[in-house]
Amino acid sequence: MQIARVVGTVVATQKHAKFIGAKLLLVQPVGLDDKPRGTPLLAVDSVGAGVHERVLVVIEGRAAGEALGRKGAPVDAAIIGIVDHVDAQE
Amino acid sequence: MQLAKVIGDVVATRKDEALHGIKLMVLQPLNPDGSAVGRTLIAVDAVGAGVGETVFFVRGKEASFPFYPTEVPTDAGIVGIVDEIDVP
Repeated sequence: MQIARVVGTVVATQKHAKFIGAKLLLVQPVGLDDKPRGTPLLAVDSVGAGVHERVLVVIEGRAAGEALGRKGAPVDAAIIGIVDHVDAQE
Repeated sequence: MQLAKVIGDVVATRKDEALHGIKLMVLQPLNPDGSAVGRTLIAVDAVGAGVGETVFFVRGKEASFPFYPTEVPTDAGIVGIVDEIDVP
């Protein structure tokens, strides 16, 4: 899993049927220092995250489908938690 | 599987229901000589690892197998605590 910052929301009317009702958020992976790391990506949200929140993102197809609660959904990333705090020393 | 050091933990009150009661640890992947390599990541803990310990972890869907039949949405999981490494 990666820590990421929610940077935006995405709306798409025309999409695969498995996406209907799913919330799509744009997330920027960040390091432990909260600095951006890598390319922003789209993730489905299963926990009710909002813009600016720090979240946990799984970047793996089946896990993302499970988070969405739909088997065979064409997704590869999902938000599965909202980070309260991280206690770590690099 | 890969070697890593547990360098911290993550607290998330609001999370996927299948993750309740599961520890989330911050890992720094390691070379066999103990030096850090690659990016830090968050993994679920299936073996009771603590901060400061050297562990090995698995990436991908298989990371949820220790919690079967619960389908835990994770892409990385700690599956062993390393006692010693011998690289002749």
